[in-house]
Amino acid sequence: MWTRKDLLGLEELSKEELELILSTAESFKEVSTREIKKVPALRGKTVVNLFYEPSTRTRVSFEVAAKRLSADVINIAVESSSVKKGETLVDTGSNIEALKADIIVVRHNSSGAAAMLARHLNISVVNAGDGWHEHPTQALLDIFTLKEKLGHISGLKVSIVGDIAHSRVARSNIWGLTKLGASVTVCAPKLLIPPAIEQMGAKVAYDIDEALSSADAVNVLRMQFERDSEAAFPQQLEYFKDFGITSERLKKAKKDIILMHPGPINRGIEIESSVADGTNSVILEQVTNGIAVRMAVLFLVAQANDKSQSVKDSES
Amino acid sequence: MTLLIKNGLVIDPANNRSEILDILLIGKKIIKVAKGIGDDVGEIIDARDRIILPGLVDMHVHLREPGREDKETIQTGTLAALKGGITSVLAMPNTFPPPDSVESVSLVKSIIKKTAQANVYICGAITKGRLGRELADIAVLKKEGVLAISDDGSSIDSDALMFSVFKNAKNEDILVICHSEDKVLSNSGVVNLGLTSTRMGLRGISSESEYKRVKRDIELAEKIGARVHIAHVSCKESVAIIREAKKRGAKVTSETAPHYFALTEEDVLGYDTNKKMNPPLRGRDDVAAIKQGLSDGTIDAIASDHAPHTENEKDIEFERSEFGVIGLETELSAAITELVGNRILDWAGIVRRMSLNPAKILGIDRGTLSEGAVADIVIVDPKKEWRVIKEEFVSKSRNCAFLGKKLKGVVEYTICAGKVVYASASTDKEHYRA
Repeated sequence: MWTRKDLLGLEELSKEELELILSTAESFKEVSTREIKKVPALRGKTVVNLFYEPSTRTRVSFEVAAKRLSADVINIAVESSSVKKGETLVDTGSNIEALKADIIVVRHNSSGAAAMLARHLNISVVNAGDGWHEHPTQALLDIFTLKEKLGHISGLKVSIVGDIAHSRVARSNIWGLTKLGASVTVCAPKLLIPPAIEQMGAKVAYDIDEALSSADAVNVLRMQFERDSEAAFPQQLEYFKDFGITSERLKKAKKDIILMHPGPINRGIEIESSVADGTNSVILEQVTNGIAVRMAVLFLVAQANDKSQSVKDSES
Repeated sequence: MTLLIKNGLVIDPANNRSEILDILLIGKKIIKVAKGIGDDVGEIIDARDRIILPGLVDMHVHLREPGREDKETIQTGTLAALKGGITSVLAMPNTFPPPDSVESVSLVKSIIKKTAQANVYICGAITKGRLGRELADIAVLKKEGVLAISDDGSSIDSDALMFSVFKNAKNEDILVICHSEDKVLSNSGVVNLGLTSTRMGLRGISSESEYKRVKRDIELAEKIGARVHIAHVSCKESVAIIREAKKRGAKVTSETAPHYFALTEEDVLGYDTNKKMNPPLRGRDDVAAIKQGLSDGTIDAIASDHAPHTENEKDIEFERSEFGVIGLETELSAAITELVGNRILDWAGIVRRMSLNPAKILGIDRGTLSEGAVADIVIVDPKKEWRVIKEEFVSKSRNCAFLGKKLKGVVEYTICAGKVVYASASTDKEHYRA
């Protein structure tokens, strides 16, 4: 049973809750193949996408998901809102709540921002990425795609390659995959591996060939070289030489290794162009599955909040 | 005025006493401490089943005045202290202006004179403007009555400058209090470096950033023979370094704060900014080492590091939120709950860490219940439990790490210079609760 009004991360979810999201997503996936791609599940609900960081992919995916559930969608981007005038995150959230919205989907550059909103608001909060902390729906769609391709998650070997230290995608994937019984290896230059990551349940490899050698899937993270205030960042070419996913490298991996990327991809930086477009790549399927997964999440949190509200009403 | 406190368990390690006694106060002084003092005198407080301690001395308090009166004032801060059983505080110098000259110290003194409800002592700044560049005139500060000097949250990076600080301090025989932190190593971190920072996706503050600077500060002081006090010790390595230095005979003392023995880094995982402080909450092994240090005397004192902040600056995104928590009203109860409750310290140990030792370190005539001493006294109900809630704080701010927690031990009366200045709602002395 799903009882959470919010989805803030995968760390706090049980295996059963993860499985429930995945199975709910499975049943929603079919909606997008219909001629009329819409179900009335969230009719009359309002979803607000509150994005403090530029994002096209995730924001559009949430928007499509909400619309296919018949919800009304409002997008607030940081540039066009009163945030720049100094309104606090919680004040912005309270205003959205006062507009009688039902769900806030929030993307913020500060770790813990979604948790803070959730603490202050009665309406549902879905984390669309907070700082370096978590990006739960991205990991869920990665896991959904893997499960769709291979039939199961338990026992799989999944490698995550790239800037692990600053990656919310990596953290959410580690929590989700390990809870479902997969074994996760993270691979990056030493300075991009955060301390004590092993205690989160991930193995560490500093050599890309080692990370690829027995993996059933590899999730390639986007390298953000614009983060150059960090002295630790390697040069682009050097990174591609040491960690880039190339067809040459994949020859030594399992033949049917699944290649994922949360997008947007940097061709020739973390991944060779031909590999991104090749037969192992499921990058565009991930995008399609993202809609089903986000439909499931929006549906589950809305339903849980409706239930808890009606319990409160009957008590008062 | 005459006041007789009857039948309380008197804890007074300075006089090696832990027994049920009566205490007679006349005027500002303790006149007699004995069994069965005749009760035909003035007001009587029945202290049966209560514990009587010398008024607590908190040597690390941010009263925020002058400059940030929206967070706390000398008046509200000292009222909060009295509620917590604290009768003397050392006011830290990160005010605006900082107490770095005759004028700025005089300003603080005049506010204290007008508004302080408890004894307030002043910690002067080491450098002008606390900027870490040019030494303040320490001889002048000493003459103005500051009891110690510190640049507080800003550790002095230059070894050469710190060396001359200790030289001056030694000449003036004044205590140097060190917030030992290498800011290059703490790397703009906000939580303990390790699994916690990784899990939370936040920058970490290494223990190294603390203990390397602790080591440097002690070694420089030792070279000169100056007195050095290490503030808010939080990690196991610092405890070990201080222990070794004491063995060598260095003139080093140290303090920790209640959150470093009562909470761990796991308490911050929900992004509660009331668990954000510098140094950060550390791991379980660090907490164990802090307790060991308190128990074996490596850590001399418990101080609150009371750091009030407005909700505007505290209840916001974790990374942007100010460091620090308030502690005056909870520190004794936290110590009773965590240290007496778990047999880390006995009552005499609590008095040493929270009254006698800090009084000795600062060189003030407090911390005892000797006959003839100034009557700063706390009467505590040791068994009563209470829950820490926002609405009950006397402090102007509410950023307390113990919010929602149940603590043991309630201050019933606080007596300052012979006068009852605080009485809890549970007492029948309503006339003291103006």
